[in-house]
Amino acid sequence: MIDHIDVGMALKVLKIIGIKGDNMQSTVSVLLHVPSKMAEWKDIVKIEDRELDPRELDKISLISPNATINIIRDFNVAEKFVVEVPDIVKGIVRCQNPGCITNLSEPIEPEFVVESKKPLLLRCIYCDRIMTDASDYLI
Amino acid sequence: MSQEFKGCDLVAIRDFSRESIEHVMDLAEKMVPVAHGDERCTLAAGYVQGSLFFEPSTRTRLSFASAMARLGGTTLGFDQPGGSSVQKGETLADTIRMVDTYSDIIVLRHHAEGSARLAAHFAKKPVINAGDGAGQHPTQTILDLFTIRKEKKKIEGINVALVGDLKYGRTAHSLAEALALFGANLMFVAPPALQMPKETVRSVEKLGSKPQIVNQVEQALSDADVLYVTRIQKERFPDLAEYQKVAGSYKINNALLKDAKPDLSIMHPLPRIDEINPEVDQTPHALYFQQAFYGVPVRMAILALLLGVVD
Repeated sequence: MIDHIDVGMALKVLKIIGIKGDNMQSTVSVLLHVPSKMAEWKDIVKIEDRELDPRELDKISLISPNATINIIRDFNVAEKFVVEVPDIVKGIVRCQNPGCITNLSEPIEPEFVVESKKPLLLRCIYCDRIMTDASDYLI
Repeated sequence: MSQEFKGCDLVAIRDFSRESIEHVMDLAEKMVPVAHGDERCTLAAGYVQGSLFFEPSTRTRLSFASAMARLGGTTLGFDQPGGSSVQKGETLADTIRMVDTYSDIIVLRHHAEGSARLAAHFAKKPVINAGDGAGQHPTQTILDLFTIRKEKKKIEGINVALVGDLKYGRTAHSLAEALALFGANLMFVAPPALQMPKETVRSVEKLGSKPQIVNQVEQALSDADVLYVTRIQKERFPDLAEYQKVAGSYKINNALLKDAKPDLSIMHPLPRIDEINPEVDQTPHALYFQQAFYGVPVRMAILALLLGVVD
């Protein structure tokens, strides 16, 4: 279960995980605009029989840095942790600068230095452009 | 000296510390008579400069070629991608890998921002960024600093007004950061649509500068020691309509300069279109042609240091 997703980001989380509706063999539950004690509102996504890989966790951290992962096994919470924005973001976000060399057909992965985690500030190591919102640029 | 130069890349001005930039300028000072042709030098004899200009350039390309020749070295390369494999669809990475084997140092101008950083990633030899689109142009910045230091004898405390296209003009971004690093007082003069990008304002503020942001050149003129004018570059605008709205916003002429300090210096990275009236060329304010010449000794110093032929 992914709790404390920033309100409005649940559908983007589904996209990150690759859930399209017709490619799952188990139940997926999505709660939108749920009252939250931490923030005013939050989203929640619950997926059965699926654990997230590090790349997916990094992507979720970029669009919802407070998201909490609860891994439930045999009706008990087996693991619980808050996603963490990595120090270097490589190969999961493309640069928002259309003039950046990484958006041409060059054999390199886009790479960003995380200048600040909250609020999110990503600096492209190639063109130096600062990005504050990665949600529309996830690869 | 704080930095070992040999083998280093020069991609962005922030790759060099203040001390290192001062060291480059000190060496450039010694290169001036050689750049003038009054003395000869063979420091880089036998060395080859790979010169890759994917975009048009007059001053930067020729001054790099002149600098290498004055050091006794040679230059190979192209000044338009039409004559190279790039036209056949070769990636920049592959072009760089190839030139890396033919030369001792690579000078690159390319339209894409970040291209020089990419080149530095793939090249074993030093890469010098000679302008990457609307990104950085660090050798221009160092020659601008050198020009101010030579003319005003110092940079700290000098009032510098940057005028014109501060949004798309690559020289303005690097220069603002470098001037802040050296303690100059900054004024950014541009219409709102062409004002300095937020990231650059943030960077100079981090360096302790408190830039004044104004729209009219008259607001900056009486205090300025240096007026750094940039061209409003049509080719950088994503939208022609936006360009037409601001084209010709600033025109520096003798009537305007009546209110200026007598020792005001006017600089311009050139080429100019109509930002500076030719009548200004005859006044003691005009420093832009001398500034263009300083490109040679400054680039000689940079080439010599990165090649490791001087300390």
